[in-house]
Parts: sequence; C-alpha cells; structure tokens
Amino acid sequence: MAITMTETAAERVKKFLDQRGKGVGLRLGVKTMGCSGMGYVIEFADDIEETDEVFEAHDVKVIIDKKSLVYLDGTEVDYTREGLNEGFKFNNPNEKDSCGCGESFTV
Amino acid sequence: MALLQISEPGMSTAPHQHRFAAGIDLGTTNSLIATVRSGVAETLPDEHGEHLLPSVVHYNAEGGVVVGQKARMKASQDPQNTLASVKRLMGRGKEDLTLLAGHLPYTFAETDSSVPRIKTVAGEVTAIEASAKILSVLKRRAEETLGGELSGVVITVPAYFDEAQREATRDAAKLADLNVYRLINEPTAAAIAYGLDKKAEGIIAVYDLGGGTFDISILRLSKGVFEVLATGGNSALGGDDFDHAIAQWLLEQAELEQTHDPSILRQALMVARDAKEALSQQAAVDVQLGEWQGRLDNTVYRQLIEPLVKKTLMACRRALRDAELDKDQVVDIVMVGGSTRVPLVREQVAAFFEKEPLVDIDPDRVVAIGAAQQADVLAGNKPDEEMLLLDVIPLSLGLEMMGGLVEKVIARNTTIPITRAQEFTTFKDGQTALSIHVLQGERETVEHNRSLGKFVLRGIPPMVAGAARIKVTFQVDADGLLSVYAEETTTGTRASIEIKPSYGLTDSEIETMLKDSIAHAGDDMALRSLREQQVEADRSLQALDAAMQSDGEQLLNESERKQLLAARDKLARERENQNDSEALKAAIKVLEKAAEFYVERRMNRSVRDAMAGHRVDEF
Repeated sequence: MAITMTETAAERVKKFLDQRGKGVGLRLGVKTMGCSGMGYVIEFADDIEETDEVFEAHDVKVIIDKKSLVYLDGTEVDYTREGLNEGFKFNNPNEKDSCGCGESFTV
Repeated sequence: MALLQISEPGMSTAPHQHRFAAGIDLGTTNSLIATVRSGVAETLPDEHGEHLLPSVVHYNAEGGVVVGQKARMKASQDPQNTLASVKRLMGRGKEDLTLLAGHLPYTFAETDSSVPRIKTVAGEVTAIEASAKILSVLKRRAEETLGGELSGVVITVPAYFDEAQREATRDAAKLADLNVYRLINEPTAAAIAYGLDKKAEGIIAVYDLGGGTFDISILRLSKGVFEVLATGGNSALGGDDFDHAIAQWLLEQAELEQTHDPSILRQALMVARDAKEALSQQAAVDVQLGEWQGRLDNTVYRQLIEPLVKKTLMACRRALRDAELDKDQVVDIVMVGGSTRVPLVREQVAAFFEKEPLVDIDPDRVVAIGAAQQADVLAGNKPDEEMLLLDVIPLSLGLEMMGGLVEKVIARNTTIPITRAQEFTTFKDGQTALSIHVLQGERETVEHNRSLGKFVLRGIPPMVAGAARIKVTFQVDADGLLSVYAEETTTGTRASIEIKPSYGLTDSEIETMLKDSIAHAGDDMALRSLREQQVEADRSLQALDAAMQSDGEQLLNESERKQLLAARDKLARERENQNDSEALKAAIKVLEKAAEFYVERRMNRSVRDAMAGHRVDEF
C-alpha cells in the first residue's frame, strides 16, 4: 500500500510548512460526507498517531490513518493551476465516481 | 475539478462547505484583496498578474461600468465620468463638498438627500455605489481564484474614520453582496500582517505613505486589544509629490519652467516617475526631456525630496506628542504604502525612531494581508486558541445636554462590542418630548464635535421637571456601528436611531479632533463651567417667573415686587453678557439671596394651606 506525491506538490507542502513555522508533515484522509459519499481531507500534521501510516515523498512526510488508507491506496497527490485557481488534486485509482466537483467521491 | 488547500489540523470542512474568507484593502488610489490558502496569506492577482486594482470607476453612456486600470486611462479624456479617490467622499455630507469640491472635477447633483450625488452620463452616482463597483470586481476575482463563494470579508478603513464613514463602507459592501465580518483599522491590519498581535503588549507606530496621502498611527497593544492612541498625517502628501519635485527639477534643467504646454508637463511627470523607481535601486539615472539630456543622481534626488520626508517626520513627532509618548517607547515601526520603498524614506524613519522599521512584507499589500488573516480567524478556519482581535471605538460617543454641553456615554478606546446606558430626566415641568442629539468627538461642547444624528422621544407623560426617568442606551456592534435607543422607563415609550451618514467635518478636521481636545483642554473646562452656570441661571430665572406668576400678586407688595424684578433683570443681563463662570455664579447667588424672603413666605403659605381645616393635634 502506498501514497505518492508529485515533486511540484511536495515543494508547495514544504513551502507552506516552512511559512507556518511548525508541523511534522501533511495529513491526508477521507471523511464520510459530501454529495458523493466521501470527501478528501488535507491538513497540516502536528503529531503522528499510533494508528497512522507514514510515507515519504520528496522529503515530505505524508501521514494517513489506516482506515483512510484503504480508500486512498495508490493515490498520487499533485499541485496544479487552473485559470486563477490553484491547489492540490487527488489522482485516486479507487475513485469510481466523483460528483463532478472533485471534492467527494465513491469507491 | 476543485483544487484543495491544506487546512489546519482538525479544521477540514466537508465538501462544498469551505469557508472562503478574504481581506480587502479599499484604498484611495488602489484596492487589493487577499486570502489565506494552505496557511499562507497572499494578495490575489487578476488574469494579467496585477495585484493592485486602481480605485477608479468609469461610467459610459451605454450604462457600462469599467473599473481599474482601464478606467484610470479614461481619467484624462473623460474626467467627468471617471470617478477616482471616491474614498475621500465616503460618509461625507453635502456640507463637506464646499471644502472638497475644489479638488474634484465632478458635477454634483442638486438633491434633498444628505448624501452627495455625482452626475455622470450613466446617471447620478454616490461614492458608496462607486466603491461597491470596486468591491464587486475584487469579489469576482477572489471567487474565481478560490473556486467558490466568499463566506465573508474583512475590510480595512483608516483609523480616523468616524461612524458615518464606516457605515458608508459597510453599505458599499452590502451593495456588492459581500458579507462583512468586520471592519478593522488599516494600521491594525498592517500590525497583524507582521504578527505583532501575537505579542503581549507594546507601542507600535504605523507609517503609511501612499501615492497621495500620509498617515501616521500610534497604536498600543495590550491584552489582545489594539488601541489607537493618536493619528496624524497629511491628506495631500504622498509619493506623487516626489514625482512633482523631480518633474519641477527636470523642467528647470531643460529651461522649460515657464511652459504651460500640458503635454510637456505630462511628459516631465512620466520621466520623473520612472527616474524615482530607478533610483530606489541604483545611484544615478539618465533622463531626457525634449531636447535636453542629463543625469539625475541620488544626491540631487535626495535634496529634492528631503523637505517632503521631513514633513512626514514632523507629523510623527506631533502624533507621539498627542499620545504622550517618547519615540524610544515605540517597540515596532511598520511601513505601509508604496512610497516607503524609497530608500531615503526608510533611512529617515529609522533615524527618527532610532530603530529599523519593518519592511519585509510588500508595503502595498501588507494591509490586505493582515485583513485576510483576521478574516480567516473570523470565518472559523483557525483553531480556537488563535486570538481574536478586539477593536476599539476611535472617538468618544455622547449626547448633547442643556447648554450645548456634551455628555460622553462611551469613551474613546473602549473595546467593542459594547452597550452602555445612562439615565436622563426632563428639564421643564410638563415636558413631553426630549430631543436626543448624538455626537462623536473629544471636545466638551456640541459645536466642536461631529454630529452623528438626532431624534426625538415623544409621549413622555407630563410630570414636574426631574421626575421622568429616560434611559438612553448606546449600542456599538462588533463592526463599530452605533444604534441609540431612548426609553421613558415609567411608561415604556421608546424611540431609536441607527447612525447613517449625515453631515460632518472635513478629513483634516477629523484628524485634528483628537489633537484639539488636548490643546483646548483648559478652554473647554472653562467653557463647560460657564455653560453649567448659564443653565443654572436659566433654571433660577424660570423658577422665579413661574412663582411670581402664580402668587406674586398675593404674597408681595408693590415695592417688593419691583425689587425682585430688578434683581431678576440684573441676572438675566449677566446671563447674556457674562463670560466668567465665577461671576455668573455670584450673580445667581445675589438673586437667590434677594428672593429668600419670598421663598420663605411661599413655604409658609403652602404649610398653612396644607393645615387649613385641620386641628394642630392631628399633625
């Protein structure tokens, strides 16, 4: 099981963590909410819990709890720009159907 | 496909429930919008990569509206329909226009409304509506960038803005369909951007030199509250004056100083502006005007602008004096405004305060960035331990009392939101209405303060003077907006007012209001006690007149009446002509003394009347 992150995304995370001045890495997860079943969680991580799995991607710790991992296994996190908007994007092979907004999905 | 931002731990929102918040610096010359994404506050550029939106609105005959750079380019060819610097008109009444209008190329409509309306080809427009157009453009930019609707914004206003100007700003946001979390002071926002609100306490000077205005604010941070101790500045001094100084020099060098040709003057200004920007980086620059070619070096440049920079430092000295502080008590100096990029400005400010100013954040963007951070907290995107900034009332709020005196109900620098009530009573027997006049300012008398509004509480049951209980409540919400309620407590009769833009003073007058209150403290006290004695004299005269009318005929003989009337007229004359409160007080005493026997007789008679028909042992 693994989660990966593109180099662009990793650079952004490093910059944001740096500017924030604290944090051990990036926490990913899923929440059961939203218009299509599940929603992605992307947060700064201040602690690593016992139930977490930790992956390294371009010197950034990607932290994810084991329950979320089954939904996100194989996901690649990217950072892209679309018009004026820019941000993180989940390329999740488990995602069967998304609501069109990309914020929630079903597996 | 929505693009996601990193949230604080545990603060992730459900899909489609993002709380997008933004900070807006609605400036006189330029406006900006900023937001916090993945923990970082940044200003947002438009599709051409421009962060600054010129605060200019152009109206055309087809009803179209253009905002920003394109509108600014119309300013010279179509000045009547191109509104710039409308911030100077926000919250201003028609009365202020005579003072401002000389500088504005607009035609104002004749209306009964107290808010001035500017005539354009697209109809009459107010400063509030033009500001709303600027806000709409920024709102659209933010929503396109964030990929969702804004849940709320923080808008910055100058520290010296009064209630009417703040209310006008809020109205503009309402028109632009923005939810305003809060209005905060520009210097406070700049201090937040540098994280100074995280410190426990300290004195902060915010030096804001823009294109056309200079503001200095002295803030005190204590327990999470930024108090504005003093403000000062010059509403007609800025980086544009640097350009003019260089342009003047260029014209002299090119021996064109007698010219009135607008195209040469405009060219001189353009060369000057480029030279100024170049000289922030290098020691000298080649310049050309018409046939003339030459070189402008830093030494000459500094000589040209030094008098202007000195002027700003004089304002700093005055502001410190108003705040009763020495410059070594200032812990941090925050630089705001594009003109603080000029090296000489930085050097002189550092030399004046004997401390290096904070310059790391882009001075054009620092206010918007601070506002965005505050908006992020207010939107609920931060964990609870993040301190929420408290704001204070910039100038005291009060009521007009008898004799034109002002009774302060809420003092300056009180943290908001706040509700304060005070009880008042009637002055005359049988008084059934009370006029309530709400004022703002630090001085003791009505004419020296800004009038915010008036209303009348009617339906007070007729009672003797002093018997009615009228509770007047001042309520200031978290945005610094004021509502005043009056209630006669025995009957529950109520009336209220919300402060809307009415009329008032000029920019510079408001800025100097605080200063005046200190400079005139002695005069004000003398004036206050004189007014108090005048009210006292009126009361004595009224009481005597009422008594003589009811029983003067029965209780006084002819000569006694004459004697009393003479004493009465003497006091009435003193009341009109006497400027010394002690002398007036003495005159009141003289009348009271003269009327003593009469008061005694009246009392005896009322006792007799009460006892009439009763036997002594009944008492």
